[in-house]
Amino acid sequence: MIANYGYKNGSGDFFIAIDTDKCDGCGDCVSACPNNVFVVGEDPNDPLRDEPVAMVGEEHRKKLKYTCAPCKPDRDRSALACVAACKPLAISHSW
Amino acid sequence: MTDKKEFWRWKEYRWHDETMDWKNADIISTGVDIGSVSSQAVILVDGKLYAFSNQRTGSDSPESANQAINWAMENTGMTLDDIHYSVGTGYGRVNVPFADKAITEIACHARGGNFMYGPSVRTILDMGGQDCKAIRCDEKGKVEAFLMNDKCAAGTGRGMEVFADLLSVPIEEVGELSLSVEEEPEPVSSTCVVFAKSEASALLREGWPKHKVLAAYCAAMAHRIVTLLERIDVQRDFAITGGIAKNSGVVKRLEKELGLEALKSTYDSQIAGALGGALFARALETKRRKS
Ligand code: SF4
Ligand code: SF4
Repeated sequence: MIANYGYKNGSGDFFIAIDTDKCDGCGDCVSACPNNVFVVGEDPNDPLRDEPVAMVGEEHRKKLKYTCAPCKPDRDRSALACVAACKPLAISHSW
Repeated sequence: MTDKKEFWRWKEYRWHDETMDWKNADIISTGVDIGSVSSQAVILVDGKLYAFSNQRTGSDSPESANQAINWAMENTGMTLDDIHYSVGTGYGRVNVPFADKAITEIACHARGGNFMYGPSVRTILDMGGQDCKAIRCDEKGKVEAFLMNDKCAAGTGRGMEVFADLLSVPIEEVGELSLSVEEEPEPVSSTCVVFAKSEASALLREGWPKHKVLAAYCAAMAHRIVTLLERIDVQRDFAITGGIAKNSGVVKRLEKELGLEALKSTYDSQIAGALGGALFARALETKRRKS
């Protein structure tokens, strides 16, 4: 499943998408993100799945643009820590 | 004394299948959906719809959950002890005192939508009281992708209630009335409840008739939802769940913009979440008995 967390408003689309079929719940993104955006646990959107999965913490979903801003300078942007940490390539950002 | 009429108030009701006997049932499962505006309880007897209730959410979630299930069980002779597995869903899902498990609305609407509209449904749009969700699912009702817009009350039931009240039009008539315009007006520029309200007041002062103002608001809401759906890639068949599915003014305009017709169902669109919860409850009880 592609889980899109975030929002859309007048200034753009701010979603972090997690491909739960690729995510193995390793938790590397949790330790890689300086702002504790991710949590790993039981998948609340797939109650019959047994393995844990990563999701964006509730408190960050409405303000991702601001939370992630330090990782996303206008120029000279390097790979995002969360995306780089995820070996199965389960994380993507819409902006 | 003059009573202030509550134009936002929609009909609360319950139903149960009097021809069904639950006493020899193998699995009795329930789903209780505590939304920000409305709450529903659905009872399934061996996977068949037996009873449900649909009411307004009170200020206290546990109390609303108890009321919803008790109302669904009214005159059935059933008590909480007869129920094998209960799932809580919706915004107040963790506050359902008798629930064995809490499951998100995303999973429940997909599962419930699959039951209500059949296995051909691929995209479900849940327009609830305070947020709007787009869900893509497979033929079994399993979620393939989802997107939630919980940033503001735009495109939601609560916004519609505020509008019904502002214009003194009973909420159940808003849709039809908005469709009676001869020519579609420009949508209001904002669906944010606060701004849309002042914009609507200004239009009324300018002399716009109510149905035209409603048309402009329904159109704005429909448009706003379509832009949200862009990210999820709407595939047919397409269905709408939640309270706004009952508002033809929004639904018709949405269908027109998408170029897709939404499936119709004989079930009440507001029970989709609770129904999905009850279906999961049945699956989880089966799993529990096996282990
Ligand atoms: S971009 Fe930075 S702050 Fe945002 S989720 Fe990734 S690591 Fe965390
Ligand atoms: S790093 Fe990737 S695979 Fe590991 S928990 Fe995070 S999203 Fe899942």
